[in-house]
Amino acid sequence: MALKFSEAIEAEFGKICGRYPQKEAALLPALYLAQREFGHLSNEALRYVAQRLDLPPARVYGVATFYTMYNKEPVGKYLIQVCTNICCSLMGGDHVFHYISKKLGIKEGETTTDNKFTLMRVECLGACGNAPVMQINDKYYENLTKEKVDRIIASLE
Amino acid sequence: MMNEAKILTANWEKENSQSIEVYQASGGYDAARKALGTEPEKVSQEVLDAGLRGRGGAGFPAGRKWTFMPKGTDRPKYLCVNADEGEPGTFKDREIMRRDPHMLIEGIIIACWAMGANTAFIYVRGEFSGPADITEKAIAEAYEKGHLGKGIFGTGFDLDVFVHRGAGAYVCGEETALIESLEGHRGNPRIRPPFPPQRGVFDMPTTVNNVETIASVPYIITKGAEAYRRFGTEKSAGTKLFCISGHVNNPGVYELPLGYPLMGLINDVAGGMINGMELKAVIPGGSSTPVLKADECANVNLDYESLQQAGSMLGSGAVIVMAQGTCMVKVLEILAHFYAHESCGQCTPCREGTGWMAQILTRIHKGQASLEDIDLLYDLAVNIEGRTVCPLADAAAMPVKSFVSKFREEFEEHVEKKGCPLSNPFPVLWK
Repeated sequence: MALKFSEAIEAEFGKICGRYPQKEAALLPALYLAQREFGHLSNEALRYVAQRLDLPPARVYGVATFYTMYNKEPVGKYLIQVCTNICCSLMGGDHVFHYISKKLGIKEGETTTDNKFTLMRVECLGACGNAPVMQINDKYYENLTKEKVDRIIASLE
Repeated sequence: MMNEAKILTANWEKENSQSIEVYQASGGYDAARKALGTEPEKVSQEVLDAGLRGRGGAGFPAGRKWTFMPKGTDRPKYLCVNADEGEPGTFKDREIMRRDPHMLIEGIIIACWAMGANTAFIYVRGEFSGPADITEKAIAEAYEKGHLGKGIFGTGFDLDVFVHRGAGAYVCGEETALIESLEGHRGNPRIRPPFPPQRGVFDMPTTVNNVETIASVPYIITKGAEAYRRFGTEKSAGTKLFCISGHVNNPGVYELPLGYPLMGLINDVAGGMINGMELKAVIPGGSSTPVLKADECANVNLDYESLQQAGSMLGSGAVIVMAQGTCMVKVLEILAHFYAHESCGQCTPCREGTGWMAQILTRIHKGQASLEDIDLLYDLAVNIEGRTVCPLADAAAMPVKSFVSKFREEFEEHVEKKGCPLSNPFPVLWK
């Protein structure tokens, strides 16, 4: 079946398009909507966004692959991104990454077999005063300790 | 001295500091009202007289930047607020958006009035969805009160403000990449000229200002340029948010007058070194700025001129502190991989050079390099800087040059001992 925005997302899409004097400027927010709606940005999803904004699919593909927050492949229910840039590394960011990797039994870029967790390294999240930091979906978790990491992961259902 | 300097952080400790009620209770939006009753040129002049310089890193006088916008044109003009905070070590704009978004919105109103812009976009990095949500809520409150929208404060001035979310790309903090991204493109920086005030977003006159720069404006309009100049030095006026991270007891964001001593920030404001460790080095202005060895920090003050004299830069005010026991090769390897990852790829020297530098550094740290590789690394840095459309290549080159020249013996030791001599490249254990 062809992809289509739901009514709620369609309403948001209309609102976003109204903000810009050129339709193409709605591309980044439209890709977020598509990702929210369809789970990840498959080629089919990218073609749908292209059609909605009257853009060549190649243009949309180029943009979607430029930015790191668009998932071109499916990810788990919880996307864990551990900062291992300098300020977090100084405070143990790399250890946080390896600790979670071992705990969940997955390497960088992998997803647990139950599709619950995907683990990534990420560049500076801009919360360096509370290092080490990770982001899970939209939320930041800061001043991480082993105990805190255990608690956070246990709390995700 | 430090405690009286509360301009940007004046409301941060108040309960519900992000709400319009709290902001208005202490005179919030009076500055915007005052500005809208003043000729736009006089508003720009006041900001110029205050000596406010761009807080995103470049330090260009904000008031002068505004005067570059064309006058007497019927082309729509735009303000883009740069909230794409991504320079490693920098986390101040996030706090402004989370803790006092109305100060930013009020600054936007004043700046747009001064430039004759009727639309502003706040370009927030995608990862900051929390701060972006708070800012959007504050914008909605301001519309409700009639501070934004049509005929604000009963004048004939219309202004719309929108939050636009990035999607994960450091380079979009560069102003022309930000403009490209806002137009729905890949964040490839543009060749200048034309400069944004001539042809910016949607081909229209545009000014891009950092969040902290804009948030500093209401105070200047309320209290005047002279009052702002009471803080800071003659050439570096006012206060600045300093982000201190790394091996100190109390990392965080602190507002200090420009010209504050670097060692005072580390030892007094941020509580000194963790576990009483010895200071090894400081990156004083964000990851791109040249590193200072401990003995170079003694007489350095945190202002544009003093840091330049010390051979580094104030940058975004991001002070990264490293204790003895930190492997400088590892630090540089991490930074080099970051720049290689973030290079947009349009200029060959940057696309290829940042990747080569990262690979060489991994080889050195793993003990698979020769002494010639250290010279090759330095040579690459020298050869990519100044040869690209935007300053990302320079940003990647500066740490390489400074680390290799100041800590060369550590690089050589890695080659000679065939690997990192430390069991852990960082002296703080993660528990």
